[in-house]
Amino acid sequence: MEDPTKLGHNRTGMQMSPLQAEMLQRSAADAAALVETDDLAEGLDQPEATLIAESRREYINEADALGSVPPPGTISGAVKSGMGMLTGMRLQVLIDKVAERMAFERGGTRLYDAALVKVVALARGTPVTIERVKQIRNQEAQHAELLRQALVDLGADPTAQTPCADLVGVQSMGLMQAVTDARTSLPQTLSSLLAAELIDVASWELLSRLARSLGRDDLAEQFDVALEEENEHLTTISGWYEGLLNADAKLLS
Amino acid sequence: MALDIHKSRGTPVANQRFTWRELVQKPISKLDDDAFTRVRVIYMNGLENEALRFQHAAARFNLALRLPLAEIRRVEHHQATLVNWLLGADHSPLETTIAYEQVAIEVTAAMAQREPDEYVAQNMRFGLLEDFDHMHRYSALLDRLEGKDANNILQCYTDIMPGRPTAVEHRAPEHDLRRPFDKASADPLTKLHALSLTAAEQQTHNYYMNIGPLFADPVARQLYAEIASIEQQHVTQYESLLDPSQSLLENWLLHEAMEVYAYYSCVQQESNPRIRAIWERMLDYELGHFAAVSDLFKEHERRDPEEAIGASLPEPLPFESNREFVREVLAAEVDLRANGTEIVPLEQEGESSLAYRKHMNSQGSPSEIVAQGYAWRPGTELTLKVVNA
Repeated sequence: MEDPTKLGHNRTGMQMSPLQAEMLQRSAADAAALVETDDLAEGLDQPEATLIAESRREYINEADALGSVPPPGTISGAVKSGMGMLTGMRLQVLIDKVAERMAFERGGTRLYDAALVKVVALARGTPVTIERVKQIRNQEAQHAELLRQALVDLGADPTAQTPCADLVGVQSMGLMQAVTDARTSLPQTLSSLLAAELIDVASWELLSRLARSLGRDDLAEQFDVALEEENEHLTTISGWYEGLLNADAKLLS
Repeated sequence: MALDIHKSRGTPVANQRFTWRELVQKPISKLDDDAFTRVRVIYMNGLENEALRFQHAAARFNLALRLPLAEIRRVEHHQATLVNWLLGADHSPLETTIAYEQVAIEVTAAMAQREPDEYVAQNMRFGLLEDFDHMHRYSALLDRLEGKDANNILQCYTDIMPGRPTAVEHRAPEHDLRRPFDKASADPLTKLHALSLTAAEQQTHNYYMNIGPLFADPVARQLYAEIASIEQQHVTQYESLLDPSQSLLENWLLHEAMEVYAYYSCVQQESNPRIRAIWERMLDYELGHFAAVSDLFKEHERRDPEEAIGASLPEPLPFESNREFVREVLAAEVDLRANGTEIVPLEQEGESSLAYRKHMNSQGSPSEIVAQGYAWRPGTELTLKVVNA
């Protein structure tokens, strides 16, 4: 693979086209003269008061939710959920967040599947090891299974895509795109994995606290075990990432 | 109550107006709306886009019709916008792809069972098994790239399993052409079916051509390249069923009748009241188009529109699961192939197709690569493959 941070003919900046840039700026000045300066200043100072903001707000006011959390599909599930409801607990909030974590862990497993290929192809001579990446990948898959079992225990349908599970799919798309691109380097891949692990650690912490607040200490204890592993993932990935960046920077200096 | 397409004049074209706000309404729910609401949205977008593209092409061949074509085409464009924008952005492009294949499977299966011309029906069953296999391949990709279960989109209406393997669907062009129906003797339903499937396959082809390059994953890019090629073959197949001797105006009339019939079918079966109201409005607009084109047909061709599309519309197209029918077709016809315009047993396949696909697949088959060892499982195949860390 080519050096991903080589110096070259990047054409996106204005300094690469001094003559054209000067003409462009003259045109821009003419166009700017037509804009009400008050409008511009107000938009920058009060972005919530612009026409764009107003239009978006109209849609927000009328919007439906992404969807709902499905009711338990089995009698035993209904009983389990019903017990929670009777104590005034909104069990479906927990179900939605457990389903969200499960969706993220499944996506995460596939993210590491893609990252593993990068490691096999590019990691020779670096501290990044295939064995550790595979271990992290398999732990992500195990976490997904743990969460699937938790959903069953909560009386929820583990095959349903809940609203937060749906949304986490939207949020993760950029990471998937960044890692699966054949052109992204090992450090660039690690940068995406770092983002995924940061999200994971914060989200497992939240999930564990939520389970405890709803009286499900049994689940919270299992979640804490996963959280510990996620913290180890974060340490590994951030360590590798920083190490590779430092090595790259020293080569350039 | 049956709809009298020749008497209901619908909304006059001059009164068919939109605002930007109407074009961009709140989307359906990916999670809570019935999968067939999404099927109808995608299907109707396909028909609107066919209307649009046909009318653009028609304008290049007829000076006298350019103004009415431009007027009606403007409305078709905005109808397509309103309908297509009903899809929510929480569908990933690949999830939308799963929905497109569900449209292809369920709509084709519904038509194949009602098609009065056995030759046309056979061709529908032939295409059906190929789209059925695409579903299997894309489900594997969705699972293995995004970690998602295709059944969250399909809602258990449609099976996920191999059909005629995509790798053997690649045919030389001469084996994609079919015998056209005879405009004078064909049942109006045959005409509507052939045009509707041409439209549906064309939008699928266009969709894959647009979103294929949006994927970073080279295997996904390959799979879209491969299946887009089959969809292009399917457009060739279905459009070759259309009688080329139909006049431009007769063709236009058939397009408008197709849209009326499809919206009428949507109105009858829609479970979401807000979307049903949209279908009702679109039906009235299409009746307006049909009435306008009927007037042009009478004026320019001195013929009765009933000659072209019959006296009354057929019963609505059912939007429902066709699981049993698909399984029967799969069991009986998966090994059929094409030779010239005929569907033939495996060993009689046209030789030029064999040579063509041998070369196409000679550097690897994306559809085989992506689905290696794949079998759909509830909640993704990861539920099976948890290994010791």
